Amino acid sequence: MLTRRFVVAAAALVSAATAALPARAQGELVVYCTVQEEWCRPMMAAFERATGIRVSMTRRSSGETLTQIRAERANPRGDVWWGGTGDPHLQAAEEGLTEEYRSPNLALLHPWAVRQAEQSGFRTVGIYAGALGYSYNSRELERRRISAPRCWADLLRPEFRGEVQMADPNTSGTAYTMLATIVQLKGEEQAFEYLRALHRNINQYTRSGAAPARAVATGETLVGITFLHDAVTQKVAGAPVQIVAPCEGTGYEIGSMSIIKGARNLDNAKRFYDWALTAEAQAIGATARAYQIPSNREAPIPPEAPRFEDIKLIDYDFARWGSAAERTRLLQRWDREVRAAAR
Amino acid sequence: MSSVRLAWAAALVFAVALFPLPWYAGRSTAALFLLHDRPWLWPGLACLAAAAVTALVVPRSGRWLVALAGAALVLLLLQGIAIGLPTTTWPIAAALFGTGIGQPAFGLGAASAIVAATLLIALGFARARAFNADTTVALIAVAGGISLGLFVFLPLLRVLLDVFVEAGRFSVAVALDRLAAAEAWGLACLAGGVRCGVVWNTLLLATLTGVLSTLLGLALALLETRGGLARTGVFRALAVLPLITPPFVVSLSLIVLFGRTGIVTTILWELFDIPRTRWIYGLPGVLLAQVLSQTPIAFLLLSAGLRAIAPSLEEAAATMGARPARVFATVTLPLLRPALANAALLGFVESLGDFGNPLVLGGEFDVLATRIFFAIAGARHEPGRAAALAILLLGLTLGAFWLQERWVGRRQYTTIAGKGDAGIPAPLPVGLHRLVSALAWPWAAFTAIVYAIILFGAFVHDIGRFDLTFTWRHFIEGFAIERSDFGLHFRGAAWDSLFTTLEVAAISAPITAFVGILLAWLFARTSFRGKSTLEFVTLLTFAIPGTVVGVAYVTAFNVPPLEITGTGLILILCFVFRNMPVGVRGGLAALAQIDRSLDEASATMGADAATTLRRVVLPLLRPAIVAALAYAFVQAMTAVSAVIFLVSARHNMATVYIVGRVEAGEISLAIAYSSVLIVLMLVVILVIDRVVGAARLGRRTAAPLLRVGA
Repeated sequence: MLTRRFVVAAAALVSAATAALPARAQGELVVYCTVQEEWCRPMMAAFERATGIRVSMTRRSSGETLTQIRAERANPRGDVWWGGTGDPHLQAAEEGLTEEYRSPNLALLHPWAVRQAEQSGFRTVGIYAGALGYSYNSRELERRRISAPRCWADLLRPEFRGEVQMADPNTSGTAYTMLATIVQLKGEEQAFEYLRALHRNINQYTRSGAAPARAVATGETLVGITFLHDAVTQKVAGAPVQIVAPCEGTGYEIGSMSIIKGARNLDNAKRFYDWALTAEAQAIGATARAYQIPSNREAPIPPEAPRFEDIKLIDYDFARWGSAAERTRLLQRWDREVRAAAR
Repeated sequence: MSSVRLAWAAALVFAVALFPLPWYAGRSTAALFLLHDRPWLWPGLACLAAAAVTALVVPRSGRWLVALAGAALVLLLLQGIAIGLPTTTWPIAAALFGTGIGQPAFGLGAASAIVAATLLIALGFARARAFNADTTVALIAVAGGISLGLFVFLPLLRVLLDVFVEAGRFSVAVALDRLAAAEAWGLACLAGGVRCGVVWNTLLLATLTGVLSTLLGLALALLETRGGLARTGVFRALAVLPLITPPFVVSLSLIVLFGRTGIVTTILWELFDIPRTRWIYGLPGVLLAQVLSQTPIAFLLLSAGLRAIAPSLEEAAATMGARPARVFATVTLPLLRPALANAALLGFVESLGDFGNPLVLGGEFDVLATRIFFAIAGARHEPGRAAALAILLLGLTLGAFWLQERWVGRRQYTTIAGKGDAGIPAPLPVGLHRLVSALAWPWAAFTAIVYAIILFGAFVHDIGRFDLTFTWRHFIEGFAIERSDFGLHFRGAAWDSLFTTLEVAAISAPITAFVGILLAWLFARTSFRGKSTLEFVTLLTFAIPGTVVGVAYVTAFNVPPLEITGTGLILILCFVFRNMPVGVRGGLAALAQIDRSLDEASATMGADAATTLRRVVLPLLRPAIVAALAYAFVQAMTAVSAVIFLVSARHNMATVYIVGRVEAGEISLAIAYSSVLIVLMLVVILVIDRVVGAARLGRRTAAPLLRVGA
């Protein structure tokens, strides 16, 4: 019979698949990881080696992870949420989705990482930081004999008409950081004037924050506004990309970590939390082509990473611009005044 | 199945539900040993026991049986919802049984009790002479109805009700406001503005995709079935390629070809000075990608439809002197109407729900599916807005079904009757042959190029940047296997998700196809009260975009009594209920062409419904079964928006992994993994096609000398 044969084939496939599953160890930990996969994996492997706790890891974007944690609120599945830009972590803290925890290792961290913890009532903590900026395709720029841009203001130049790409702040934390940065740099009215002018040069608002970096690398666009470490990843891979930390000053993100409220493996979650703040754990990023600045003062900074010393950083007010009310207001204004305008 | 046997089966299932199966998930105690301190289990189990005894002892117990077993089902579910983990969720439960009590989710025992209740309800209906008094029909309808209610209707209702909720309060005005929002309906683009409402965008894209993919699918199907080609196998495999492609991949390949620094773009620029633009990002790109992926589905449906047309009518027309073109226009094409309508509808609906291609290629061209996703998972979390957009999307889909129903109408399309259907299909008219060749071959070539890019991209450093150095790197990263003293270790990053995906697809596809075809038979061949409601709910999951289904499932099934989030089961259930409508529609279209007199003949000779189904209907439905199996398997391997919230650490899916790679800009590994999936699915599809087989309805094959008009 046809179905019987198919069932036999299916059963063979299933048994092949289940036979390959590894044995389960004693202690367990479920981590939601929101940095790139190739950083997530060695992190979890190193933690398993250091403690013998078996880690189950799911990698997703921050927005998806926050949605998941909200949906699972009544019966949480995850223990630790590791990585990803700080705003969603602050939002989760605001909504009471995450657990308060004061790690003994807080003392080892840079002040900006500790401030992140204080602002959230110790429901989250900074694990790395990355500055905002843009990258441009040097080969295409040379071919068109366009002088290299250095500042936010340069992006308004007519030769960049239709050549700048950034993400949509409605969908991307990166682009929202840019929006809030410009507002903090210039004051709100001037900021929106700038954004309207920039709008004429934008060719596309992408949905993902890292997409413009990739588009610059392939030459799909001349300039892409991203976090600098995303652009470094492209540059190290051999793309003709130059990285710019704008001369007027720029904002930054604080990648964060939180323990999910109601975690089933709370003790293991705390062990992971403490361990992830050590210099040894934070050194793993550099080997995984992640070029952010680690939050542990002793952790080595990858040589390719854009140094904070060389960048004019603004005093970014995460509490104010990360709050749900302010965010909704800014985004609605941006939608109305910038996005809906003609090019 | 006889009434007595069904009663014994139900009693047996009930017995094992009490002992030895564990009542709760993750515990080992059977219900029998829990009863003493859990009085809330008593009413449901007592009703069930009474129903089982009634079924065995009283043969004419129809209505009582339905009432008792129905009450048992409701009571068991209610106690599960009312007393959750860690404590009671409904105040009334606390008032009745005290505070501080809790219970885990349903386990095998509780599931068996629900199955027993279902069997008894079906038996009761059959004994009360409902459902043609046939136990098989009653069983399919009742089991179908209960599972659809649990796994389609309830989760969706739960999520869609969010449209009324604003900051924790219930408001009708808010819902109306959201449904009429300018973001959805704005017509600014006609008046010189920038953006039109997202509903119009979606509608335009879906209509174009439906029409174009049906036309191309028709061309391919005509060429394959009647074009006199020697090697249709190769042709079929090539035409089916886009069907088995994971999302994003066609889009990625299109960017490599037509992006601003793409291969074709660069060649045109250097040779002809055609300026390099970004035309691919937006409606044209998404349309191209969707037509590439929809045409094969249209092709499969239309090919099955063409094969199911018995040649006798065409032969009759030809004998009466009609020329081939006239035969085609007045006989073949009208008979193909159900299949055409189905193909166009599927193209339209798939385009409505497509999430991957608009995500990668949409640029600023927004459609409902992506809007909904970002309303839920974007920088602002707005479940109410998402629910409103989902309702609009649902409205569009249901509108499409209604139109299709109108167009196909209530005419007769039956050509395969019990009177012997020898004959050969009419060949294509010459002009039409030229036309379909002119359409089909370039399209096939284009498809081949798109896939060549994907395969090629897997073996070079970075195809997006023209770094074309040969490398195995991506495969080693994804699929490395190490050998040690303890055996083989699957070290590659992709193995876990690949194994899970194969497992889930292999389990869900046969279930999907089987259930879908059974329901199709139920809808086409039987009549009972509530049939149209059941039919409507069946189509519902298909109409709802994957993102909404995903969120609905994770919200509804994360807490007791049905706690399956984070397991492989939730993925399987999601796929079964999401893909089943395609099996149903395929089965309905095929059944519309098979004369009822065959069923009647079988019944007259004393066969019951089950025997007729098994020995007469199912063998005639082979093409539809193949299509349903293939579709279900492929969808389970390639779906992304529905499962993105359902995957867990232990059960990750290949597509979610690939999406993560694309997000991180790791396009080469994504392409390498996709090419592995494509090869795997190709093998599986060919196996299904070979094992389950094509319909062999005509008895003669076309002899070369009969090629009239060639």
